[in-house]
Amino acid sequence: MKAFQFTGCVEIKELTGRRADDETRLMELIEEAPDDAIYYHTHSYFLRHFYISGPYPNDFANWAAIQVRDKVLGEKLSAITPSSGYSLNDIRAELIEVIDAHLSTLKTVPSVIYGQPFHLMKSRIIEIPTQLSAGDLRAFRDALAVVDASAIYNHIFEARLRVKKGRSDFAIWMEEVLGLGELAESIERIDAYMYSLEGLREKILLLCDQAIRT
Amino acid sequence: MSEQITWESYRDIAPPGTVDLGCRLAEQLRGKRLLHVNSTRWGGGVAEMLHRMVPLFQDLGLETRWDVITGNPAFYQVTKSFHNALQGDPQEISRDMYDAYLKTNRQNGRKMDLDADLVVIHDPQPAPLIYKRRNKASAWLWRCHIDASRPQRKVWSFLKEHVAKYDGAIFSLPHFAQKLSIPQYLMYPSIDPLSDKNKDLPAEEISNIVRRFGIPDDKPMILQVSRFDRFKDPLGCIEAYRMVKKHNDCCLVLAGGGAADDPEGAQVLAAVQDAAAQDPDIIILDLPPDSNIEINALQRAATVVLQKSLKEGFGLTVAEAMWKGKPVIGGFVGGITVQIVYGRTGFTVSCVEGCAYRIRYLLNNPDVASRISESAREYTRRNFLVTRHIIDYLSLMAAVTTS
Repeated sequence: MKAFQFTGCVEIKELTGRRADDETRLMELIEEAPDDAIYYHTHSYFLRHFYISGPYPNDFANWAAIQVRDKVLGEKLSAITPSSGYSLNDIRAELIEVIDAHLSTLKTVPSVIYGQPFHLMKSRIIEIPTQLSAGDLRAFRDALAVVDASAIYNHIFEARLRVKKGRSDFAIWMEEVLGLGELAESIERIDAYMYSLEGLREKILLLCDQAIRT
Repeated sequence: MSEQITWESYRDIAPPGTVDLGCRLAEQLRGKRLLHVNSTRWGGGVAEMLHRMVPLFQDLGLETRWDVITGNPAFYQVTKSFHNALQGDPQEISRDMYDAYLKTNRQNGRKMDLDADLVVIHDPQPAPLIYKRRNKASAWLWRCHIDASRPQRKVWSFLKEHVAKYDGAIFSLPHFAQKLSIPQYLMYPSIDPLSDKNKDLPAEEISNIVRRFGIPDDKPMILQVSRFDRFKDPLGCIEAYRMVKKHNDCCLVLAGGGAADDPEGAQVLAAVQDAAAQDPDIIILDLPPDSNIEINALQRAATVVLQKSLKEGFGLTVAEAMWKGKPVIGGFVGGITVQIVYGRTGFTVSCVEGCAYRIRYLLNNPDVASRISESAREYTRRNFLVTRHIIDYLSLMAAVTTS
């Protein structure tokens, strides 16, 4: 039986030197941004908030709501939750569409007055194999409980979006190797964008415990 | 004491899996040579950080050296002017001063062994050493620890010529970055949970120190630890305290230093003493630079910690207090906004009234204060401890020495 190898990751944060002081410029930045920048601000966000999630689940929403103090745009941007099959370009297109529609309803472009400008960043993820592996569900559960939270990020967000597997590594292994299709589905149904990585760890552990008990 | 601290010492302090992750990452780099260069072995945040980090890199199996450049008083006078100019304080720097700076770097470069797989040059003082790069396979990074977001242009233009020769630059906050043709990386600074300033202290030691300073122990303590500098807004703290005092009995402790050797600091301290007037519940402490245990005890004894800065670099005193499980109210500036997630790990405020309101809110809602304190400690554990900082360096080393 193929063991599940837990692989953590670290993120190298790169500054692009590009910034926005108002929402029009933010939209232009998103148009010009490399995929790695869209990814950084919408996904690796979770790597930076291991323990607590911010008010909104991506940097664009948080900037609009907190720095520009435009809560309406913040809320609208927070609703962009990539679903199965989404690409970074799809996310980019939706971000632009939401900002454009929002701006078309306003007479003046909201800008930073007291807050800080938006700094466009990009990320590079380096995978690091851990020494943890699991051959069955109980061993998986025990390893998941202690593994660095970056492994949870790597096997869920990285696997789904950047590596383009479409599903999390956890679900793929459980279904294909353990034959636990139902558990795999339950894990896939977790709305990962609503949790911190520690929250996700707890949620998956709970599902594993339930499956072990039954 | 500090010699006995190893990477393993952080296993029960860092988040689960972090120590192992660092070991795996270091394994990938085994045999690589790392060299740090700065301008002083003692004094200042960079030296303090390297004293702890270099042994940890060595313990992780990396051949790590730390070297310092040396110069005469004139050189340090020039670099001090550079430092101030890069932080936006206009300076007169003559051609002779630029020449002295370059000459000192050339002299140091001749006698230093700069051969390593990754060379990290800290701050502007040794920046021209890049011209001594002999090994083309090595990677050189310039680590800027200061807030150079609004530098004096002429000085930055001069420095930029050197910085542009590096393989990359590292800044502490996104807005410290500059327009450069080389990659720019973000790396937050960190605190060491095992240092005198942050290690656990026995309750008795804490109360002894509080008693020694004459701080009342029968009322909540509002604390700000900062040198006496107008940008740290100690006068704003006193105003906020007075607004709170109308509703809640409390005392205010302003603990700082730097007034003895800084004329401006002495002026600010005098103004603070004047503003405190004869209020016995305002305690002003001008502490010597080595008061780490005392600061640790004060932070642990406080009920609410302030960092009401009007301008700030990174403001690691916020992470120090958060690590000690204290709710922090900070000015909405610099790195404070990175450390405080509003309402989750503390509160950022923009004026005296906002500060006073949040102090009252926390004093009257101990359950909220307790929840925020817990989140703040965990947030610091994940983001601002030296363990994360070491891993950041290792990953950057992996990226730049293999690309």
